[in-house]
Amino acid sequence: MKYDVIIIGGGPAGLAAACAASEKGAKKIVIIERDKELGGILNQCIHNGFGLHYFKEELTGPEYAGRFVEMLRKTDVEVKLDTMVLEVGQDKVVHCISTREGYQALEGRSIVLSMGCRERTRGAIAIPGDRPAGIFTAGAAQRYVNMEGWMCGKRVVILGSGDIGLIMARRMTLEGAKVLACVELCPYSNGLNRNIVQCLNDYNIPLYLSHTITDIQGKERVEKVVVSKVDENRAPIPGSEIVFDCDTVLLSVGLIPENELTRSAGIAMDRRTNGAIVFENMETSVPGVFGCGNVVHVHDLVDFVTAESMRAGAAAAQYAVGQEAGGPVLEVKTGNCVTYTVPQHIRRENVEKTVEVFFRVDNVYRDMVIQVKDGENLLCQFKREHMAPGEMEKIVIPRVHLDKVQGENITITVEKQ
Amino acid sequence: MYDVAIIGCGIIGAATAYELSRYDLKVVALEAANDVANGTTKANSAILHAGYDPEPGTKMARLNVEGVKLAKELCEKLAVERKEIGSFVLAFNDEEMKTVHTLFQRGNQNGVPDMRILTGDEVRAMEPAISTEVVGALYAPSAAIVSPWEFCIALAETAVRNGAEVKLSAKVESIEKKGETFLLHTAAGEVEAKYVVNAAGVEADKVHAMVGGHTFKTLPNRGEYFLLDKAQGELVNKVVFQCPNPDGKGVLVAPTVHGNLIVGPNAEGVDRAEDVNNTAAGLAFVRKMSVKSVPAVNFRDSIRNFAGVRANSDQADFIIEESPAAKGFINLGGIKSPGLSSAPAIGVEAVELLQSCGLALHKKETFIDTRERTVFRHLSPEEKAKIVAENPLYGRIICRCETVTEGEIVEAIHRPIVPRSIDGIKRRCNAGMGRCQGGFCGPRVHEILSRELNLPLDQILMDEEGSYILTQPTKEGK
Repeated sequence: MKYDVIIIGGGPAGLAAACAASEKGAKKIVIIERDKELGGILNQCIHNGFGLHYFKEELTGPEYAGRFVEMLRKTDVEVKLDTMVLEVGQDKVVHCISTREGYQALEGRSIVLSMGCRERTRGAIAIPGDRPAGIFTAGAAQRYVNMEGWMCGKRVVILGSGDIGLIMARRMTLEGAKVLACVELCPYSNGLNRNIVQCLNDYNIPLYLSHTITDIQGKERVEKVVVSKVDENRAPIPGSEIVFDCDTVLLSVGLIPENELTRSAGIAMDRRTNGAIVFENMETSVPGVFGCGNVVHVHDLVDFVTAESMRAGAAAAQYAVGQEAGGPVLEVKTGNCVTYTVPQHIRRENVEKTVEVFFRVDNVYRDMVIQVKDGENLLCQFKREHMAPGEMEKIVIPRVHLDKVQGENITITVEKQ
Repeated sequence: MYDVAIIGCGIIGAATAYELSRYDLKVVALEAANDVANGTTKANSAILHAGYDPEPGTKMARLNVEGVKLAKELCEKLAVERKEIGSFVLAFNDEEMKTVHTLFQRGNQNGVPDMRILTGDEVRAMEPAISTEVVGALYAPSAAIVSPWEFCIALAETAVRNGAEVKLSAKVESIEKKGETFLLHTAAGEVEAKYVVNAAGVEADKVHAMVGGHTFKTLPNRGEYFLLDKAQGELVNKVVFQCPNPDGKGVLVAPTVHGNLIVGPNAEGVDRAEDVNNTAAGLAFVRKMSVKSVPAVNFRDSIRNFAGVRANSDQADFIIEESPAAKGFINLGGIKSPGLSSAPAIGVEAVELLQSCGLALHKKETFIDTRERTVFRHLSPEEKAKIVAENPLYGRIICRCETVTEGEIVEAIHRPIVPRSIDGIKRRCNAGMGRCQGGFCGPRVHEILSRELNLPLDQILMDEEGSYILTQPTKEGK
């Protein structure tokens, strides 16, 4: 079976990519989704706060997904649900499997990778202690509570201040659980400020910054956790232990883009984002294969996923009808305080008026200026009152500035005002 | 009345049950936990040792070499993942080279095939990731890696298919001698048997004491591990040991049959069998020692820590004997390393010992010695297409990290020994063993278990009795 555009993953990224590809005129488009319905992780995010940027209104996760599913219904996009992609060949053949259609090999002129991300686990951060039941990633707990209608604990300690953990602190509290503490290794929160306020402060849940869990006790089910303060090197300080009697630990300690298929397709990866290296139109190192959403880099806001994925979908549609992007490449380098950028590569000729660059900073900063430089030459700058690792930054660089670049790269750097 | 009651269904109990199930006997294995393979068997280095470590002339030396020979055929026939990848014992200085030579001589005496002593450069030519500090090594090509819990499950399941019984959640609380027979009081009721085999692992001394025997004492010894992502699984292609020390074989770095990298263990005396917690100090030690052998081990790719307790004892050798305190009571105690490697031979030895104690053995006319298992991810595209056409459940991937299908999970639930926990499924078909550690598939496996066993969701456990997952329905979930 041959398609113009094959989209792998029907979460917010895949949905937006499909809508955009269809609007750009791609004829035969298919979304392959492993779950039994479209929407991805949005379906279990029943809290509000989605869509403020894109729809200019506050929606819940399922509502946000629903808007796109509605849009999709007006197109000819084919949807394969309950279907898992096993491999993406270097020849752009997508091998997938489902109970309904069995094993299939689908050929795509272009492919959009929108598989999302997964949560970091206890094993990834080597928390010592027993290994009883009652330790969940925040997302797994969210699924039990919001999708299955079951609570998974009564007295809860949350490790990490990622957004899903914060959201679950509130959700578990509303369902009658006692959330004893949210414990964060860094001296700052890693979640959105609005979530700290609305999910912890409003419910008097204490946030322990520069603390971590140093022991979990309980043979069959969690009984106690020991929390210790950490020094500036993030090493636990003996004598600072606080013991919490609890039956549950929720982990919100980071997300990892899910790139097994990307790697198997031979696509160049960025060690900083754990995602593919992409161009301005979200094309990867393999021509005609695009990436968007959390599989490329972890976002805080679904609205930004949507915007990025629409670019990917539109570009995939163009590629499918033979409009390949090309031209000389500018590398985007990271300067002071900047941990990564997306895109990592920009082809000037392919930029119409502006290009959006996303990045994160490595610490909390006040009164800074983001500078885009060509060597020592300042191309443009943007002021920020407050910057934090938990809040992704976005700058819009006008093409006119890129045209002035003499070298083969530009640098994004953050300096004191 | 049973002919033989085996106490404990780890790898030793399962191997004994398997060997006994060849004969016309009524056999029961009594397991304290709610699943087989749930003690030392599930938490160790997962290695079938070549056999150069034990002192020549010991039971350990003989049973290790015999055991790994038997394991080769058993694993093939019972569809247990095993790979003969060979092992190195690294030397970092002249002193350790002496140990390497000693091990080489021992190995030759023990009958280990094809060993060689290599120079540091030869070692690195075979395994480029090994440290430049290494001056030489013993190479034993017959060392293998295995899935230890799968090995145990396969032996126990096959024993059951041959007529043996396995009782789970049947901890033996006391034993009465009633004339010629034993009356065992267990958490699952009374069991009467003519002969008893004590394969209780770390608890074997306590079980022996139930019949008045005090000839050995178990000294539980904990080993802690890291399991790393498959991204690190090919860092080395052999089992990489350091020179052994009195507590064990030192910290090793090795691939697993599942494609991960295993790093560990340390060795630390503990009080109880259940002291399987990880410690910051233990994990730090393992990290430090492992990078001495293989500097490129990247602990950022850690997906799981675990710890197991070795059934070390106050005796130098395995304790395989009829108890001096009770006729017809066989101890298989102090089965420390190389216990997993020796297990198949210990099973055979236990049967011979029972026979010498008077148990009459008559071979069954038919004995099942094969087992089939579908591992979806190992199938070719054509085979995948075929199996999904036959059973659509193989077309639904439940564990996406390990590519485990609903078909495999349902099949595992309906095997002779029924898993009732999410970890039981993990040990039978790898769902939840991957990089997300069940974060994604856990709730889905949970649902499948609930559906197939016809149990409400809140009665499905994570692992052992008491490891409940759910507390109560949500306000609107009632």
